[in-house]
Amino acid sequence: MTQVTTPRGEVAVRNLSKSFALNGQQLNVLRDLDLDIRGGESLAIVGPSGCGKTTLLRVLAGLEAPDAGEVRIDGLPVQGISAERAIIFQEPRLLPWLTVLGNVAFGLQVRGVDTAEAEARARRYIRLVGLSEFEAAYPRQLSGGMAQRVGIARALTVQPEILLLDEPLGALDAMTKLVMQEELVRIWRDEGVTLILVTHDLEEAIFLADRVLVLPKEKGARPRLIDITLPRPRERSEPAFVAMRRRLMAEFGLH
Amino acid sequence: MAYPSFEDGFLSGSDFSPLQGALRRAGAGLRRLARRWGLLAGFLAAWQIGSSFGWLNPSVFPSLDSIGIALVKGIASGALVDDIAISLQRSGLAFGAALALGIPMGLLMGQIRAVEEALDPILQFFRQTSALALYPVFILLLGLGEASKVFVIFWATLFPILLATIGGVKQVDRKLIEMAQAFGARRVTIFARVILPAAVPSIFVGLRLSATTALLLLIAAEMIGANKGLGFQVMNAQYNFQIPQMFAAILLLALLGLGANAVLVALQRRLCRWAETAR
Repeated sequence: MTQVTTPRGEVAVRNLSKSFALNGQQLNVLRDLDLDIRGGESLAIVGPSGCGKTTLLRVLAGLEAPDAGEVRIDGLPVQGISAERAIIFQEPRLLPWLTVLGNVAFGLQVRGVDTAEAEARARRYIRLVGLSEFEAAYPRQLSGGMAQRVGIARALTVQPEILLLDEPLGALDAMTKLVMQEELVRIWRDEGVTLILVTHDLEEAIFLADRVLVLPKEKGARPRLIDITLPRPRERSEPAFVAMRRRLMAEFGLH
Repeated sequence: MAYPSFEDGFLSGSDFSPLQGALRRAGAGLRRLARRWGLLAGFLAAWQIGSSFGWLNPSVFPSLDSIGIALVKGIASGALVDDIAISLQRSGLAFGAALALGIPMGLLMGQIRAVEEALDPILQFFRQTSALALYPVFILLLGLGEASKVFVIFWATLFPILLATIGGVKQVDRKLIEMAQAFGARRVTIFARVILPAAVPSIFVGLRLSATTALLLLIAAEMIGANKGLGFQVMNAQYNFQIPQMFAAILLLALLGLGANAVLVALQRRLCRWAETAR
């Protein structure tokens, strides 16, 4: 399947604020955030817990409404959920009564695509994540890494311009995690999507991202954007990679 | 889920002669059979021996063969067939009505908090009121005919179905609902494709509980004010000291319960193949 890839999937965040009420206290999670994400780029969002990185992703996904400000996609303001974005959660969130095929086709089916068409498109992405042999398996028969691949295939099947990932590999073991990081790079490159990834793993951020957004814990401080200019494919043991990790760790006050 | 074990398959076939393999399989099958049915067989054997040697009072515990004969006679003459039919009709009608009302109502109550909050206190009150205690009230309202009998069974079977359905809907993983929302599913779609399937195993727990309750109430209702039905036959046979006939009717009731449960279990296996089905 060939597609013309025009630069799509641009995200612009303007004056975004979001707060939560916690035990009767107002908690500002995001304040006046401005952010431009280029179409087709890979952006990692990192920061200490409680810095609002997951909240930002959920606002971008349309699962949370901002208190103020707006999100524009390809120049148009968006509200709520729309078809050009798909999210991959930390847990696979598969429907246990559907097979792998059923789960991957689910995203298209709920948007009104008929079953035959949805399954045909689902099969392509099941192949892409390397699970063709497990098409008829049920979620409880899958390992954690396999289940997360199904979640990824499900998000890809709706052919989003923007793929949002909320610590997608956080619950996986170290070996599976490394394999999946390489898979994500390959998928991102092949599909030409904008990839926005929340992670607490700095190495993962450097391995995957063109730019890293560091959200500070103190709300006074401004978020910082760091370009990762390392050539791809990236090698974790390269001096430049190690230096970049040291620099990012310094951002967090870790030396 | 049963996977063929190595023992059943190629190991026994290649390492041993076919005859030895067959013998081993037969031995394993017998052991499994003995484990599962041994105690029941022992109980029946003790009954039969105790009764025919006079260790048990045979007028209270007649021998199994006399019960069997009474059962066959009752069915062959058609006398018990009528009773089975009317009992099935009563419990079936009530169970069907409880199902038809309980499941939709439970789905609604589980979904909409305001409805649940409004109905919950009165439901809890009704649920704790024994259906048998209310039977005289139903008789006063509906007469001694079929209506009051069906209604008392319906009343008792409604609550397990209703509560299990509400519970099933409420315990659906919020994260799955959010996932469906994130893919743009509308409320109706989320209900049909996430909430309903997730609630099915819990609904079946309610259905199986209700089926048992239906038979319990059926017998009680038939013992109190009926002139037909298996419950009536148990009572009637005892009054007339036809003990084998009494046991025949009791046996039929047990079989009815086993049959209803087997049907529900089969249906549950079919609909909830994805979940670890509780036995």
